[in-house]
Amino acid sequence: MTTMAADAGAYEAVFDAALAADERIEPRDWMPDEYRATLVRQMAQHAHSEIIGMQPEANWITRAPSLRRKAILMAKVQDEAGHGLYLYSAAETLGTSRDELLDKLHSGRQKYSSIFNYPTLTWADVGAIGWLVDGAAITNQVPLCRCSYGPYARAMVRICKEESFHQRQGYELLLALSRGTEAQRAMAQDAVDRWWWPSLMMFGPPDDASAHSAQSMAWKIKRHSNDELRQRFVDICVPQAESLGLTLPDPELRWSEERGHYDFGPIDWDEFREVLRGNGPCNAQRITQRRRAHEEGAWVREAAAAYAAKHGEAQA
Amino acid sequence: MTAALALGDDALVLSHRLGEWAGRAPVLEEEVALANIALDLLGQARVLLSLADDEDELAYLREERAFRNVQLVEQPNGDFAHTIARQLYFSTYQELLYERLAHGSGPFAPLAAKAVKEVAYHRDHAEHWTLRLGDGTDESHERMRRGLDALWRFTGELFEPVEGCEVEWHTLHDAWLTRITSVLERATLAVPEGPRRGGWAAGAGRQGIHTEPFGRMLAEMQHLHRSHPGATW
Ligand SMILES: [Fe+2]
Ligand SMILES: [Fe+2]
Repeated sequence: MTTMAADAGAYEAVFDAALAADERIEPRDWMPDEYRATLVRQMAQHAHSEIIGMQPEANWITRAPSLRRKAILMAKVQDEAGHGLYLYSAAETLGTSRDELLDKLHSGRQKYSSIFNYPTLTWADVGAIGWLVDGAAITNQVPLCRCSYGPYARAMVRICKEESFHQRQGYELLLALSRGTEAQRAMAQDAVDRWWWPSLMMFGPPDDASAHSAQSMAWKIKRHSNDELRQRFVDICVPQAESLGLTLPDPELRWSEERGHYDFGPIDWDEFREVLRGNGPCNAQRITQRRRAHEEGAWVREAAAAYAAKHGEAQA
Repeated sequence: MTAALALGDDALVLSHRLGEWAGRAPVLEEEVALANIALDLLGQARVLLSLADDEDELAYLREERAFRNVQLVEQPNGDFAHTIARQLYFSTYQELLYERLAHGSGPFAPLAAKAVKEVAYHRDHAEHWTLRLGDGTDESHERMRRGLDALWRFTGELFEPVEGCEVEWHTLHDAWLTRITSVLERATLAVPEGPRRGGWAAGAGRQGIHTEPFGRMLAEMQHLHRSHPGATW
């Protein structure tokens, strides 16, 4: 009993020292159970967001208005599937299988980013998602490249590179619309009006109401607070919106000399909570499509497993 | 440029159909694989159509009767086995055709030389899944059989000579049938019986005669572009 407690204490000291020295924690290293659970929860939610996030954009693949845009969009949606793959693999290093995590997604026990519960109503939404949603994701994720857990940090390095392509492509799509016909311009402005506030909500609740933040910061899973990242995002977007020739739908948005940041209006956290609770415009639709794809694919996965068993093939 | 349109439309239309799978594939790896194939085909289509005229005008502003693709590629996705059957028939054909074009001296030789590598992967992917589904479970075997049977009647058209492609169509056909027979045997599946084409005397798709689902596919594909005449995107 005493030796075991002493051992646990020694392991914990090694773990704490690694964190303090900004070293990476690797899959075989000892780690506290809650650290492991927090990482699995966060990586799973992130992976789920990548694959659910394919839906609103795939919605426009078959209607993309030029072949060049169609190729860009298809490649983007494919990238998101790839991000899902990296992240499920990173979560597997902590002993949780992709099947297990998908099961939790399908049964509603794990979440995905609420932003994907909004609909893509026009082609301009594809641009707004790239510019704002991928943009917010990058702001959130760049610090994760220095996350204390090695496999997660390394997955994020690859992902962030691709997300920054997506962000630029989205911006460029909106720029083409904003410089286009009156109808195209209006389409772009309408999309930005609808996606701006949900994008700000992507950073999570304000710091004083965030449940997991403090512990995650101490573990160096998280490096900056929600409000800090949100402010950083607003500061990046305002000049970009100006270059686009589009307005952001916030009358209180203005530069504050004393803070050295843009001030912005209050966020409707009631809407955030409602969407989180399942009452967003597309929650049911997204999870239904995901479940259906999974269920309709069951016979394919069974066939692959049966074939592999017969032929001694390593399973895909 | 009959040939550029024929080959370009094949690639454009099949790419579109594969794009419909996005977000609906049976496993995440197949989201990536199907998108890869769709992207390769779209890339080929853009080069080929640009040889003929403006790629977007051709893709978005032609009426159904002006498209020159074979009917096989416009067939709706169906279940995963149906899609794989379509992929197997088409990619086997496309690889054999592009190999020949790559070795020829015609205007498509450079494109074909590049595309044949991509298409070899598409064919490999289709064969891989034909084996797994054919020799997997009873259900997958049955679904694969149904897909192969249903699409068999669209395979004759693949070997209608295309003006401008210097290819021996007879030997191309024989090579195709040999290859398909061998894959299906390994997959414990029978080569379908029955006619290889519908009742049209014409080359059907190659002459602009398509099947009903194609019009609806084009309506979806062209709607936004046509709603904003003259706009750039
Ligand atoms: Fe992503
Ligand atoms: Fe992205």
